[in-house]
Amino acid sequence: MIGRRVDSLAVQVELETAEPPAVAAEDVRVRRGGVEVLRGVSFALGTGRVVGLLGPSGCGKTTLMRALVGVQARVSGRLGVLGKPPGVPALRRQVGYMTQAPSVYADLTVRQNLTYFAAVRGVPHAELDGLLAKVDLGAEAHRRVDALSGGQRARVSLACALLGEPRLLVLDEPTVGLDPVLRKRLWGLFGELAAGGVTLIVSSHVMDEARHCDELLLMREGRVLAHDTPGALAARAGSHDLEDAFLALIESSSMPGASSVEDESPRDAGA
Amino acid sequence: MITIRQTLATTRRVLSQLRHDPRTIALVLVVPCVLMTTLRFVYQHKLRAFDAVGAPLLTVFPLATMFVVSSVALLRERTTGTLERLLTTPLSRLALLGGYALAFALLATLQAVLVSALALAVLGLSVAGPTAMVVVVCVAVAILGMGLGLLASAFAQTEFQVVQFFPAAIYPQMLLAGLLVPRQRMVGVLHAISDAMPLSYAVDAMHHLGRQTEVAGALWGDLAVVVAFAVASVALSAVTLRRRTA
Repeated sequence: MIGRRVDSLAVQVELETAEPPAVAAEDVRVRRGGVEVLRGVSFALGTGRVVGLLGPSGCGKTTLMRALVGVQARVSGRLGVLGKPPGVPALRRQVGYMTQAPSVYADLTVRQNLTYFAAVRGVPHAELDGLLAKVDLGAEAHRRVDALSGGQRARVSLACALLGEPRLLVLDEPTVGLDPVLRKRLWGLFGELAAGGVTLIVSSHVMDEARHCDELLLMREGRVLAHDTPGALAARAGSHDLEDAFLALIESSSMPGASSVEDESPRDAGA
Repeated sequence: MITIRQTLATTRRVLSQLRHDPRTIALVLVVPCVLMTTLRFVYQHKLRAFDAVGAPLLTVFPLATMFVVSSVALLRERTTGTLERLLTTPLSRLALLGGYALAFALLATLQAVLVSALALAVLGLSVAGPTAMVVVVCVAVAILGMGLGLLASAFAQTEFQVVQFFPAAIYPQMLLAGLLVPRQRMVGVLHAISDAMPLSYAVDAMHHLGRQTEVAGALWGDLAVVVAFAVASVALSAVTLRRRTA
């Protein structure tokens, strides 16, 4: 039944773009410290879409993202990223990853951070100024990262993930701690990137951000609860509010005897 | 080619980080000089003894400093997530560690030149062999200390833990390297253990330089053992640096 859902979306993706899915997961499981953190996750994501990965903290979002970029150990099931197994050398130029905590050097300046990660990724330095402007850090280029605010640090980290125009961006809570203006601007940037063919997987635990996404993967306790467009999810739960919709989904999934929501296939994921 | 560029970029980055931390640089450079000066005055009335212990003791500074600096630096990469990010990029693990090695070797050379120059020119330490070789041995020990530090960081989760590896990895070497008692006079078991420890060969090399004017094959042999241990520990830390972690 899980397979059916993957197929339906994969077919849709193929019809739309005639390309293999940017990400395809089939019964992906991860054990950490004797606990199954991902408990059979299956989905397929089309190219050039902003995919919101939502769910309460501890539901497995970060583990799934780590599996996608190839740094998670003990992953079972099938996982394909841009048609290849995650983490293979050929993918490391094509996948940009931003970890949850800003993983940049606090004792270097913004520009020194970007210069280093650009050298590592083989990106020409000419790209850096444009990138700094994109994340609105042009004025901070020569400041040390440990002198920046939390939101600015997060944007340095984001800029490092954007280096080299990756085809898949895996961003773990990129908008945490940002003010509404900046958050809006970044979601605008994500939309532009997607329009240019980049696939973005963006995690958040703020349901409010879900409406900016083309598709949503709702996760809970290591499983995908639903995979659909924001509109369809809200409609399914009979609510305009995505937070309410999510709560309704959780309730129906945890009711004894209720069939697993994993059986549902997205109705208009490609819309 | 790409690997070399990545290595040099990493070296430059590590050096920039060090430049932003003048206190660490000052401690790395000044502390050995202060200690060496103290030692000189401890032996105020036995200057021949200072000549005997001075050069071998020079090896302890780079070993200790580089162990601490490199183990904490790599551990910091682990805990701040920069290592995880780097492992998703085309950067090879050997280029990363090679970059570290080069940066710290530069710092170690500076330290070795400074403390050797002070000991030989100001404090009156006299060695029979060429003074340049004293610096070479110090640099080799520094790279060894760095390799051991990088390796130790693989077995620690926190900076607290990694610092505890210092007495575990360095003190036994200091006790058995022939600094206190000549290695030939140790009981069999301890002599055997001392034979298996890299610092022993560095101290042997310094003893050699202290007594003999000519650079003989034995000295090169000792130096080769130190370098081999250093290379092995860097290689081993590249192996223990897992791309995929739980």
